[in-house]
Amino acid sequence: MRFMMIVKSAEKWGFPPKELMDAIGKLSEEAVKAGTMLGNGGLLPSAKGTSVRISGGKLIVKDGPFTEAKEVVGGYAQFELTSKEVAVESAKRFMELHRQHWPGWEGETEVRQMYEPGDFPH
Amino acid sequence: MTATDTHRAIDAVWRIESARIIAGLARMVRDVGIAEELAQDALVAALQQWPESGIPDNPGAWLMAAAKHRAIDMFRRNKRLERKHEELGRELQAKQEMAVTDFDAALDDDIGDDLLRLVFVSCHPVLSTESRVALTLRLLGGLTTEEIARAFLVPEPTIAQRIVRAKRTLAQEHVPFEVPRGGELAARLSSVLEVIYLVFNEGYSATSGGDWMRPALCEDALRLGRILAELASHEPEVHGLVALMEIQASRSRARVSSSGEPILLLDQNRAHWDQLLIRRGFAALDRAEKLGGMGGPYALQAAIAACHARALSPEATDWARIVALYEALAQLAPSPIVELNRAVAVAMAFGPAAGLEVVDGLIAEPSLRNYHLLPSVRGDLLKKLGRFDEARGEFERAAALTRNARERELLIDRARTCAGN
Repeated sequence: MRFMMIVKSAEKWGFPPKELMDAIGKLSEEAVKAGTMLGNGGLLPSAKGTSVRISGGKLIVKDGPFTEAKEVVGGYAQFELTSKEVAVESAKRFMELHRQHWPGWEGETEVRQMYEPGDFPH
Repeated sequence: MTATDTHRAIDAVWRIESARIIAGLARMVRDVGIAEELAQDALVAALQQWPESGIPDNPGAWLMAAAKHRAIDMFRRNKRLERKHEELGRELQAKQEMAVTDFDAALDDDIGDDLLRLVFVSCHPVLSTESRVALTLRLLGGLTTEEIARAFLVPEPTIAQRIVRAKRTLAQEHVPFEVPRGGELAARLSSVLEVIYLVFNEGYSATSGGDWMRPALCEDALRLGRILAELASHEPEVHGLVALMEIQASRSRARVSSSGEPILLLDQNRAHWDQLLIRRGFAALDRAEKLGGMGGPYALQAAIAACHARALSPEATDWARIVALYEALAQLAPSPIVELNRAVAVAMAFGPAAGLEVVDGLIAEPSLRNYHLLPSVRGDLLKKLGRFDEARGEFERAAALTRNARERELLIDRARTCAGN
């Protein structure tokens, strides 16, 4: 099963401390060795992004930062895992590193399963 | 956290950690079967304790420590293993002050080597191919006996038997827990690759049953291949195999219709090919190439798959290169199946008549007598040449030969379209 992990937090926290980045690097390396991580990436601040939205039947293009959003996506990773439970366990380990190395930080990792052949309703 | 939540979490921890724990234990006790039993005992202990005590901060280290304690108990009880007991006693003395963090370090130390040893032992040629498959999925894939049985549509007791017998054979034959060296390595590695690719293929084109694909098996094989690529990163064929599987798996979504019918390669909507897996496949092929391994059978097959992956449409496919790659493959490992595939490529590169000539050379081949793809390919080429009656006969023959229900429907359908002409 393919999972997308989406990390979200308020932008006020800024860049993560080096200790956290190192710990995440180690965890990612383990995941690659375990054959489970397919790819990952981090996103630049929303100030460098643009939102293209449809609202009230209109297309609205608006440059960042996304000040209305309480939390924005900061990064993602794609995993191939054997169950949802394994995905949740992996996300817990990832978030545990944040708790250890970035005191005070708040945010979430969304664990989302991706469509697979046969999942499509049409 | 409810008891059910805890059990789910334990199951997840087990799936993540079990291979490393079994591998680490197997190095200590020098017996894969005993190592797995000890690891299972630790799992049972976790199931008893964690619902009350909560899940420890480092559950993998906890399980490893619990399993090691059980190993020590076992050595103490078991006089017959006195010699090993002494060995272990020495090891323990040296590590007496070991705290939980040190267990964690012990888990990390050499764990890659232990895993690699476990791969080679699980795929040891002393075992039958089907036992190698079952044992590898169980010990390294972290699958339960029930899951393996379901994946291969075999009764659970059959798989359980295979695993028990495999462990017994390994013990009886005194198969050492080590990575083969020198001349032995190549043969043993090819046995490992064969097991992984067999699992992949069983998932990719199920030889029996009602489904055209069983994706979970493909994923398991890919995961094992990726693990192996990290453990034996200097072996070009490992990357060749991973490249082949990544690229083939990239088409999973495109090769089955919403109603479950198979869609052949050239009819697939290439927009549904998984670009992430294709990129990974190319990267793996690149690694094989950098290691000078483009002549290996898996790398060659991956290079063929890559030709398709690179083409934005069937017409844009570099068929001449595919023909050349099949020729190289046929020289390396001559096989009627490779020849049949070469025939298809020849037909695409130089026209159906040229392809048919190659196929006709295979009709007398005894090993293809019951192989449904021979009449299927022949029917296809005859149809392209406007010889519809002969084509229909071939598709009907192919339909009668396949054991896959979905494929049979497709072939009957193709026979029917010939009748209309």
